[in-house]
Amino acid sequence: MADPVLKVENINVYYGSIHAIKGISFEVYEGEIVTLIGANGAGKSTTLNTISGLLHPSTGSVSFLGDSLAKIAPHKIVERGLAQVPEGRRVFAQMTVQENLEMGAYTQSNNYIHEDLENVYKLFPRLNERKNQIAGTLSGGEQQMLAMGRALMSRPKLLMLDEPSMGLAPILVEQIFDIIADLHKHGATILLVEQNAQMALSIASRGYVMETGKIVTTGTGKELLSSPEVRKAYLGG
Amino acid sequence: MIFLNYFISGISLGSIYAIIALGYTMVYGIAKMLNFAHGDVIMVGAYVCFYAVSRYELHPLIGIILAMIVCTFLGIIIERFAYKPLRQAPSLAVLITAIGVSYFLQNTALLLWSSNPKVFPSIIGRGAFKLFEGELSISHVTALTIITCLIIMIVLTLFINKTRLGKAMRACSEDKGAAQLMGINVNATISMTFAIGSGLAAIAGALLCSAYPTLMPTTGALPGIKAFTAAVFGGIGSIPGAFLGGLMLGVIEIFAKAYISSQLSDAVVFAVLIIVLLVKPAGLLGKYTQEKV
Repeated sequence: MADPVLKVENINVYYGSIHAIKGISFEVYEGEIVTLIGANGAGKSTTLNTISGLLHPSTGSVSFLGDSLAKIAPHKIVERGLAQVPEGRRVFAQMTVQENLEMGAYTQSNNYIHEDLENVYKLFPRLNERKNQIAGTLSGGEQQMLAMGRALMSRPKLLMLDEPSMGLAPILVEQIFDIIADLHKHGATILLVEQNAQMALSIASRGYVMETGKIVTTGTGKELLSSPEVRKAYLGG
Repeated sequence: MIFLNYFISGISLGSIYAIIALGYTMVYGIAKMLNFAHGDVIMVGAYVCFYAVSRYELHPLIGIILAMIVCTFLGIIIERFAYKPLRQAPSLAVLITAIGVSYFLQNTALLLWSSNPKVFPSIIGRGAFKLFEGELSISHVTALTIITCLIIMIVLTLFINKTRLGKAMRACSEDKGAAQLMGINVNATISMTFAIGSGLAAIAGALLCSAYPTLMPTTGALPGIKAFTAAVFGGIGSIPGAFLGGLMLGVIEIFAKAYISSQLSDAVVFAVLIIVLLVKPAGLLGKYTQEKV
């Protein structure tokens, strides 16, 4: 197999004296959807924020496209093609939909913005209808679409999604996952963090199960879906 | 007609408050801190302009540009060495540091330039436009102050709403973490905000001392506090709010001086502030955006 796009090696992360991530390692290869699943507080978001450079591991390393990210500022990491859709969406509520998307393209040269905006609007027609609306007035599902569109505007080589299903009605969850699967079909490499293990594993190439800061089991999406332990712990038997 | 004269003086004084208030409100919007040293940056700007014009006999315009350059760098340096190390500290620590920086600047000025008041040169000229057969007189300083304020308001509004950097500033003011995830350099953006605010403070300093030509190390303190009040009055964090608050404060102050009592004018200004905040706690144009979750 070729070199991984993202390689996380034995990282330990602390919040003060709390040992949040206890020596986890995993890889994401080009064209894969890899999912990290686990309960609240397992350390999934902490892992993503460490990869994005918002938190620093005390030991271990994160490398992206073969380069270590240890000494690189968060805004430079985005420039290299690593985008994160944060937990809770965090759209810029007082800016318009289009301005939010333009912020997503902050690292890009102006030449592509027009073309990329059109692609995002094609993917999310709802955003096109509301492009001059203030983002804070969008519904939860629309805000999730905006957060994803905004991340896509940076032309990411790896897209990290933190709980895209959080707080959404089941029908919207399905819609969001259809879009993720569609992005994957068009060649996107995705790292997906979810509590909704059923949905995440059903579209994932591979998955890692996290529990209290450690990876406890790993396998392909199908294997994990049918694994008795995973079924028992996360899928309700 | 006398009423109109007072009104125009009020708008002129208010324009100066508005320019200063912008510095407070922009820094508050982005760094979420009250930079109480801002008033003293005005004083530094006025001294630079004073020395450039009266000692080195440079053209007033060059004096103002020089003052802007010095204040811009001063703002960046203050942020870098006094506030940036406290980015994660409790806001009370930052507030006390800002008061410390304020005294530091005043005492440095005392050391460098002594406490003797300097008579600020008439860099604009003492002439006046006479209208309505001389009944309405608008001094050149007044006219220039109002025009400068208008230009600053228009340029700044366009910058914030239309340019990539301006939008990045708005993004940082809403959510620094998310802004970082967009690839925005948050530290550089904060630094730029201080630079813009301090550059504007230099202009305010030159205008202030042209209208009230006594320059001392404490010159910036009271206008600084009043401009801060204006920023809160208009809704701190809001740029149109700073303008509205500044103008209203200036007009109220001049009217209070003219019709109530010149000694009580500051008390009247602050009484109005208290009443406004009782009715609208976020200020006149404070942000109350409802967010759906």
